Amino acid sequence: MSALLELRGIRAAHERINVLHGVDLAVAAGQVVALLGPNGAGKTTVLRVAAGVHPAASGRLLVGGRDVTGADPRRLARAGVCLIPEGRGVFPNLTVRDNLLMMTFTGRSRAEIEEIAFTRFPILAKRASQQAGTLSGGEQQMLALARGLATDPAVLLLDELSMGLAPLVVGRLYEQVAEIARQGVAVLVVEQFAAAVLGIADHAAVLVRGRVQRQGHPDSGLRAELSALYMGSPL
Amino acid sequence: MDQFITFGIVGLSTAAIYAVIGSGLVLTYSTTGVFNFAHGAAGMLAAFCYWQFTVGWGWPVPVALVLVLLVLAPAFALLVERAVLRPVQALGEAERLVMTVAMLSGLIAAARWIWDPNVARPLPTFFADRKPFHLGPATVTWHQAITMAVAVAVAIGLRVLMYRTRTGAEMRATVDDRALVGLAGARPVRANQVAWILGTQLAAIGGILIAPTVTLDASQLSLLIVSAYTAAVFGRLRSLPMTFVGAIVVGCMESYLAGYLPQNAYLPGLRLAAPALLLFAALLAFPHRRLRGRDRRLRQIPVPTMAGTGLFALVVVAFGVVLATVLSAPDLITYGPIFSLGVVALSYVPLAGYAGQISLCQLSMAGIGAVVWAHLGAHGELWALLVAVVVSAVAGGLIALPALRLSGVYLALGTAAFAVVLDQWIFTLPTFKLFGVQIGLFDQGSVTAVGPDLFGLHLDSESQLMVFAAVCLALASIGVAALRRGRFGRRLIALRDSEAAYATLGGNLLLAKALVFALASGIAGLGGALYGMQLQSVSATQFNLVAGLPIFLVAVVGGLGAVGSGLFTGTAYVGPINALIAIAPWSQNAVALLPGLAGVGLGRNPDGVVPSMRSEWAPVARDRIALPVLVLGIAAAWVLRLADVIDGWVFCGVALVLALALRGWAAARQRAVLAAAVAAGSAGAEAAAPEEVPVEWLGIRRAWRPEDEEVLARGIAAG
Ligand SMILES: Nc1ncnc2c1ncn2[C@@H]1O[C@H](COP(=O)(O)OP(=O)(O)OP(=O)(O)O)[C@@H](O)[C@H]1O
Ligand SMILES: [Mg+2]
Repeated sequence: MSALLELRGIRAAHERINVLHGVDLAVAAGQVVALLGPNGAGKTTVLRVAAGVHPAASGRLLVGGRDVTGADPRRLARAGVCLIPEGRGVFPNLTVRDNLLMMTFTGRSRAEIEEIAFTRFPILAKRASQQAGTLSGGEQQMLALARGLATDPAVLLLDELSMGLAPLVVGRLYEQVAEIARQGVAVLVVEQFAAAVLGIADHAAVLVRGRVQRQGHPDSGLRAELSALYMGSPL
Repeated sequence: MDQFITFGIVGLSTAAIYAVIGSGLVLTYSTTGVFNFAHGAAGMLAAFCYWQFTVGWGWPVPVALVLVLLVLAPAFALLVERAVLRPVQALGEAERLVMTVAMLSGLIAAARWIWDPNVARPLPTFFADRKPFHLGPATVTWHQAITMAVAVAVAIGLRVLMYRTRTGAEMRATVDDRALVGLAGARPVRANQVAWILGTQLAAIGGILIAPTVTLDASQLSLLIVSAYTAAVFGRLRSLPMTFVGAIVVGCMESYLAGYLPQNAYLPGLRLAAPALLLFAALLAFPHRRLRGRDRRLRQIPVPTMAGTGLFALVVVAFGVVLATVLSAPDLITYGPIFSLGVVALSYVPLAGYAGQISLCQLSMAGIGAVVWAHLGAHGELWALLVAVVVSAVAGGLIALPALRLSGVYLALGTAAFAVVLDQWIFTLPTFKLFGVQIGLFDQGSVTAVGPDLFGLHLDSESQLMVFAAVCLALASIGVAALRRGRFGRRLIALRDSEAAYATLGGNLLLAKALVFALASGIAGLGGALYGMQLQSVSATQFNLVAGLPIFLVAVVGGLGAVGSGLFTGTAYVGPINALIAIAPWSQNAVALLPGLAGVGLGRNPDGVVPSMRSEWAPVARDRIALPVLVLGIAAAWVLRLADVIDGWVFCGVALVLALALRGWAAARQRAVLAAAVAAGSAGAEAAAPEEVPVEWLGIRRAWRPEDEEVLARGIAAG
């Protein structure tokens, strides 16, 4: 199975401070890869590099086997990379409907997008003309995730979907993520709240200080290592 | 009744123009976050181009319209977006504001340069040859009808564009979250470009429609925009329907004021100032919030050392003495304002630099100082200078009270409105009595000002006044530096960083703002009085809003946080322009563009040039050989000049070459010393460097210092 998203030896810096020191990751079609690690490890940076928002200092980025290193976010979005950023990935002053309209830049028509979003998240149909910023946190995250569902991406990058949400809502959101993956999308999930994602992940990678320290099947061994990391082994 | 309706129709057609211009302003502000002070100036330029094509060159009206609206306006908008705004997009609100103020100032200068302001340029109204038609009891000209139809079309068109099209959604989304627009596969830059093109086109339409009914004058047309700004403020700079409502209020009010205001000496100015008064009122009446999601990058304000400031003050005085003795009499008049305008510019340092309050009415405050001095100090009484400072300070404190609710662009707008009210109305009033006190202003013309009487020594020659102004600038600079080092200065900076954090730390916002406004206005008033002494005769136009803009721009270019920017602004504003005119008289008009261009150059060096100049000259000041050599060298050249051995140009050349050479030499020596220190083992150097302590550990890992309050406040504001 060839990887849809591949990062090879990615290095990246924030204002001359190196935060990624050669990250290798591959996500195949239909696969959910969980990227875990302590705060400040560089997980968000990995996703931003993969979406073209942050430039890589060196290394290569491949999407669907094509080298797209250095492409801008817009080109990557059109090539099927969809990043749902940290925080709420919605336009707060636009209505739900206009937020959905903003998903039409990658090819699908407005009608198709609304159809998919509203069947998956019926609550959004009820809130269609409400400003997105006034939705509840869970509803906002649904709207953000709707982009991953409705725009038919090849690669979905999710950053901290669970932030500030109740476990029940998180569980429901991740069910949708699993569903997206079943349609053949390569999904890379960054998550602090490891338990939420390990249930659906096929593969997990642990990022520590800008390096992938371990990766493999999300079995108990990895979990133990993670809890050691979070509970304060020396970083 | 008929008259009432006629004035109503006139009001509505003016309102239609304000609505068109105002909606362009709202469109650009709400989609790009840039408040375009030059919006009216773009309309002005369009009106001039239209005049040139139709009247000047006799081209058919449709051709001219297409050319101006569909070719020139979009091209201009794209150029402005690319060259002026993109470089400062990531900088703070103040820088973006300065860019458009620079554009305003530059466009007015450019228009005056291209189209001689002394030539009258009548522009016919649209369909002037058709008979007006009657609508019930009202008579409507075709021009008025077209104007109103255009406004309605614009209202509908914008509504459809913004809320019914994807481009509209893209534009609104770009304000919300630029990065996310890119992630969605759209192009945020394109959304901005569309907004600028539409905005400029709307300004152009407004300019072309309004020009036939007023005189085609660059600054008047640019400032007619005040009314359109008022309309936009009614819409809180984001609601188009409310902008239209605001436009109707302003348009009708102007028209009825023109029709019904009784004729007397005190009121004609009120009619001109009415839009500005209404703008001020609207700013206060409509609560507003900053656009959300705007990143603010706050810069450090250097803390000057007292020794360095003392040296700087000596340099200022020495510079004044040298200039006063070297320059010829006519040159003394030309370059006289270096120090007095420097004092006015220095008033920006505490106000805009430390406290982050952008005020566009400092020159008006200077005007108050000048008037008080002219009246009370008619025989040079020194106490009158003190009164001038106090009266200006009180006036400044008074603006601060309403302005307390304003910040950022709103404050800039409010103070601009205040400046317009002063120069259009208050300054033009004849002498009047208030509470039994006779108050005289510019006596509807100009008033004379004399030099001060310094304990029996009457200063009245240009050279004496120049030295006096230099001493005042030096003292004021020391005062401002001391302020920065003191507790109040640190509090002001905390206030700039975050008003919320400042209030949380227990600061009294009202008091702090009123004090800093009063202080800055007092300094400006002193500058105004000094300026008046040098001019000998002062009139209201010397202190109007447009005259004040270049001073603000040069001060920003110098760096608002640096005490040295007073001297810098005076020198850079007065010096090069006049020197250029002396060398190349044909450049008379072009040089007025310089401050505007300099402001636009700010995007490259947002900290200003004074801080970098200071770091370049610091080695000379510290060097035990270079400094005495420099002082002695210049003194020797000066003596030669006084003895008429060399002329002024040679003196300038010698001083400049000597200074530059020593600067290079001292810098090289310092580098050598540093290299030696490094070679001798870096341990010593490291121990000398202060330890970096994270904010949350201040007071714990090392003892609490008073300066930490500011650091902590900034940490809170950033987090
Ligand atoms: N804009 C920025 N400027 C400077 N440094 C940054 C910036 N963004 C991130 N960093 C630094 O880069 C490092 C990695 O940040 P990143 O956001 O990728 O971490 P993360 O693993 O996502 O952390 P978290 O779990 O807290 O979200 C951190 O040390 C952070 O301080
Ligand atoms: Mg993160």
